[in-house]
Amino acid sequence: MGVKLLLEKANVPGIRTYDVYRREGGYSAAEKALKEMSIEAIVEEVKKSGLRGRGGAGFPAGMKWSFIAKPEGVPRHLVCNADESEPGTFKDRYLMEFLPHLLLEGLLISSFALGSNDTYIYIRGEYAWVADILEEAIQEATKNGWLGKNILGTGFDCMIHVHLGAGAYICGEETALIESLEGKRGNPRIKPPFPAIQGLWLRPTVVNNVETLAAVVPIIKMGGDEYAKIGVGRSTGTKLISACGNINKPGVYEIDMTISVEDFIYSDEYCGGIANGKKLKACIPGGSSVPILPANLLLKTAKGETRYMNYESLSDGGFATGSMMGSGGFIILDEDQCIVKNTLTLARFYRHESCGQCSPCREGTGWMEKILQKIESGKGEVSDIDLLWDIQRKIEGNTICPLGDAAAWPVAAAIRHFRDEFEWHINNRELSQTSNFGLQHYADPIHVPA
Amino acid sequence: MSLEFNNEQITEFKRLVARYPEGKQKSALLPVLHLAQDSFGGWLPTEAMDYVAVLLNIEPIEVYEVATFYSMYNLKPVGKFVFEVCQTGPCMISGSENIIAYIQQQLAIKPGETTKDGIFTLKLVECLGACGYAPMMQVGKIYREHLTKEKVDAIIAEYRMQVAAQN
Repeated sequence: MGVKLLLEKANVPGIRTYDVYRREGGYSAAEKALKEMSIEAIVEEVKKSGLRGRGGAGFPAGMKWSFIAKPEGVPRHLVCNADESEPGTFKDRYLMEFLPHLLLEGLLISSFALGSNDTYIYIRGEYAWVADILEEAIQEATKNGWLGKNILGTGFDCMIHVHLGAGAYICGEETALIESLEGKRGNPRIKPPFPAIQGLWLRPTVVNNVETLAAVVPIIKMGGDEYAKIGVGRSTGTKLISACGNINKPGVYEIDMTISVEDFIYSDEYCGGIANGKKLKACIPGGSSVPILPANLLLKTAKGETRYMNYESLSDGGFATGSMMGSGGFIILDEDQCIVKNTLTLARFYRHESCGQCSPCREGTGWMEKILQKIESGKGEVSDIDLLWDIQRKIEGNTICPLGDAAAWPVAAAIRHFRDEFEWHINNRELSQTSNFGLQHYADPIHVPA
Repeated sequence: MSLEFNNEQITEFKRLVARYPEGKQKSALLPVLHLAQDSFGGWLPTEAMDYVAVLLNIEPIEVYEVATFYSMYNLKPVGKFVFEVCQTGPCMISGSENIIAYIQQQLAIKPGETTKDGIFTLKLVECLGACGYAPMMQVGKIYREHLTKEKVDAIIAEYRMQVAAQN
């Protein structure tokens, strides 16, 4: 069993309630932070921990905190990004559903460190029932003196508010989230100014992911240095992985980032192998935006070294032969899955979710979907593959926010690694409507551990 | 149906607006639109949006542009129960297409349509964050996961019985 810092108590009966959470040692980190530590000391521990943003970008959390402006007389805000919408990702939902007080404790410590008296949890509208769980936990925490005025007699006031979104992937982008929290369409803002200078209501704002904020609790408990000893290199601490697709045991797993991809997929402690005795074809290891990898490049890097479930190893080889840790949305595709079709459903998703501000994304995502639809339905031309490549290249890097890149990367990676499957679709128009390319891509069938 | 909040709904409206600083009441727009949709039969006619604009002291266009941007607001009438079936990648590779086809067949409607008796609407949606429990759909606040044809049958029967019990 690996180290568990976040989900250690997830299976304790009643842990969702304040009483059980408190009995199990909950809010002791908040007590320590508010009573015994200075603001600078808290920020320092988070910096030392090496904690990286768990939403997908992987930006060092302590550094993000240190950017916040502190102009005299202007309120500052912490906003928790619970707009989890990246296909393949459902870890934050799990955390909020089962351990709402862990998130609240992390929010309290972080609000104290950032000087946020009104902290917001922006949660996607579809998670309305999770929002109810959070509201109930907030009531309990307030009743027990962990939220409200003069918390623990420190003079610090803090209230946490739940704000329900209404169905828009783009609101996971922090400036779109802020716009949405202001009651507007989720159109990302041009940066700079960054939210740390002018965010919510043009006040200094830090936006952090649910898992990132929850991780502040064990960091304060054990100290940043101890936290940083877990994991490897710049992948410190633990990471939640939501595993789905064609595996025996889909679910949310906490890993310490020293486990190999192969062990994660095939060991009984985690995914439990490919479902129905099928063979592994491909994997999108970090949420739908990150490059898809064929089985051979997933299990081993291009240099033939074992690939591990951490930030550095998953991105080893760059986009040519690697991928990304992303949000930890781990999607497995078995031998029966069609790469063209999978890419089409993702292209449709990004077309649907483009906010429409930037023409390369607004137009490009629609074109990509149409061309992929044409290939998938057996009407494609070989030149369509090059056209797709050309369009994705013109979207990437040419938009205000990263949604453009997120839409371009899956298409680029699918063509990069599975061009033969696209060509097969085009050259076998009728056959491709009734059967799949399968594993013909691999000269050497992928090994399956006994 | 009257397009004004009753006392209970006004209390909830005030609770929502109180979350934001003085003068920033527009921030409550998304939650208030949810409240309006739930209060006025599951969708947002123009009159409802105009009413919300008055309540929040903003221009009607500020409400329209938001209501049309977010996928959870219905701008047309819907059935009593809306089946929002996820069709994105992870659900697709777990068989959501078969489920969607089966629901269409059982209810004799296409995506975007409502059954003649006004009970069911079928809506195809993008990722709902339940990829590990696919295929799935949302009905109201509830996630119905690990769908099979048998489960779909049971869910349809369950809602039909609810409606029959109310009549």
